[in-house]
Amino acid sequence: MSDAREWPLYEIFIRSRGGLDHKHVGSVHAVDARMAIQHARDLYTRRQEGVSIWAVKSSDIVASDPNDADVLFEPARDKIYRHPTFYNIPPEVKTL
Amino acid sequence: MYTQALDQLSKEHEHTPQIDEGELNARFQQRIDNEERIEPKDWMPDAYRLTLIRQISQHAHSEVVGMLPEGNWITRAPTLKRKAILIAKVQDEGGHGAYLYSAAETLGVSREHLIGQLLAGSAKYSSIFNYPTLTWADVGAIGWLVDGAAIMNQIPLCRCSYGPYARAMVRICKEESFHQRQGYEIMITLARGTPEQKRMAQEALNRWWWPALMMFGPSDADSKHSAQSMRWKIKRFSNDELRQKFVDFTVPQAEYLGLTIPDPDLRWDEETQHYRFGEINWTEFQEVLKGNGPCNRDRMAARRRAHEEGRWVREAAQAYAEKQRKRAADNSLKVEVVS
Amino acid sequence: MSAAATVMATDAGAHAKFVYVLRLADASLILGQQLGALIGHSPAIEQDLGLANISLDLIGQARLLLTYAGEIEGANRDEDQLAFLRSESEFYNPTLVEQPNTDFAFVIARQLLMDAWQLELYDQLAQGTDTRLAEIAAKSLKETKYHFGYSADWAIRLGDGTEESHQRMQRALDALWPYTYELFDPDEIDLEISRAGIAGDLSSVRQNWDRRVNEVLEQATLKRPENRFYSWYGKRGQHSEHLGRVLAEMQYLQRTYPGAQW
Repeated sequence: MSDAREWPLYEIFIRSRGGLDHKHVGSVHAVDARMAIQHARDLYTRRQEGVSIWAVKSSDIVASDPNDADVLFEPARDKIYRHPTFYNIPPEVKTL
Repeated sequence: MYTQALDQLSKEHEHTPQIDEGELNARFQQRIDNEERIEPKDWMPDAYRLTLIRQISQHAHSEVVGMLPEGNWITRAPTLKRKAILIAKVQDEGGHGAYLYSAAETLGVSREHLIGQLLAGSAKYSSIFNYPTLTWADVGAIGWLVDGAAIMNQIPLCRCSYGPYARAMVRICKEESFHQRQGYEIMITLARGTPEQKRMAQEALNRWWWPALMMFGPSDADSKHSAQSMRWKIKRFSNDELRQKFVDFTVPQAEYLGLTIPDPDLRWDEETQHYRFGEINWTEFQEVLKGNGPCNRDRMAARRRAHEEGRWVREAAQAYAEKQRKRAADNSLKVEVVS
Repeated sequence: MSAAATVMATDAGAHAKFVYVLRLADASLILGQQLGALIGHSPAIEQDLGLANISLDLIGQARLLLTYAGEIEGANRDEDQLAFLRSESEFYNPTLVEQPNTDFAFVIARQLLMDAWQLELYDQLAQGTDTRLAEIAAKSLKETKYHFGYSADWAIRLGDGTEESHQRMQRALDALWPYTYELFDPDEIDLEISRAGIAGDLSSVRQNWDRRVNEVLEQATLKRPENRFYSWYGKRGQHSEHLGRVLAEMQYLQRTYPGAQW
């Protein structure tokens, strides 16, 4: 019943309005990049959700491994001095 | 991320040798209990993955098959405004099918494979779509009752433990908020219309009331997947809880329309502050699910026809894209030779 | 005498404008109706979505145009009375749009030929002297640019796809081509509209249409059919057998329950 080959998968990113980042919204099937943009427009912007679309072949995305999460992200946890709230400034000192 | 390739990557890690399955399972359940979301690449028990594939794909199939009963009235919608609304609504259902297939694909299964299961008759879809839309009032009743029941079922899924499913549901619920309202508006217009229109509205309510109640699934006692799905926080409320809530919401809406709910046992229970309703005909539910509803054959025939008749189009698109890639490669080769 | 003649001339102008706006409205309405029938039955979900978008645009255009036609007529007919209570011979869409959804190739070929036509027409109307039509046309032009992109894209993919898709596209194009004849053959109404500066003349539409369509056909490796004489003009209310069925379905509820509100 199923076709020999399926249309490849593209990940779709939408910029909802000027000034904002493109955000991942889901995927579409398409034979090439042009069709991916067309399909994304028809599927993901029916209610004016976007002003710009990115399409990336799903197989081209490289991601970090969740099993490495501890190694990758834990070391940043104790560097609390990177955050402004770490520092005690007397309340009478303004605009700092 | 929503990708198959990434998902395959994660499978290699599923059987990380140093940690045993029991330990992984315990950690997984801990994450669920902490209300963390599970993402495609995360380790998950096979049973969780399979449950989700089954549920999300059934949900996707339901949206796609669900285009048919209402689509039946697009060409006959009584005004241009209603026609536009109906097209937008049926289109949304197709879109929701696409979002859901997309979510299912993050679990390492292809849409083509899932659609293959539907067309082969080995996958289920919501039994409600095997009932016919005989008059325009059925379009109203579907929006009011079927979408109403669907929304009740779907809102808790926005907090489902599986990230891609939850995110798809957030999008779907946001879009569906107009579906129920447009249906109820049709019912109001008919109920206030000519005697013929009012009769049409009553008959549609008679046709859709019980099937809508069945949409919540078997009674908790008989629901085979319920308990595990609750533990995994795929499901947050029991079938009976949601069904009761739906009845409590819907009865006053029917009263407002001046229509009668086709249940002689329906009555307000002062003590429990809920409506009590009659026995659901579960035999009918099981039969319709098995393929013996009024429209099962028509629905599947329509889906198969669209798939078969579309094959040459899908193949042509692929053939064209391949030619283009080859041409681009040939051209770049020529450029290299020239330079 | 001269006052009476002026009134008569104005009346004739209103009639021409009424029929002309109906021609535009009916073209969009019937095409939108035909696409609406495909939703849920197209080759892939993405096409269900795409065709629905185009159908919605076209029905939106038809609603604006029918409302305007009703105002020109001044007989209190609204968009629905005009859409659902006129008979076949009172519909002025080109015969092309009522041709059936034989297969996806017919759908795309019909769309391509119409999109390229509406693209030029709306472009002229948007610059024309009738402000209301100019507004509607300017809005519709944006939509039509997308429609043309869609149909041209698919015509190329199918024409230059597989052996089968190529044959189907060529067959659809050959079958539909005679109906393009009336699109460029001006009659009294077209001439009057063009004299009033509302639209340009149809020969200039033809030039740009030819250029656009030829470009697509070339990329699609499709052969442009020979022009053939065809005089049974939908825009004069002379239709093929298909329109009657389209209307029977579309108008069913309004005809069965006269005067009911929906």
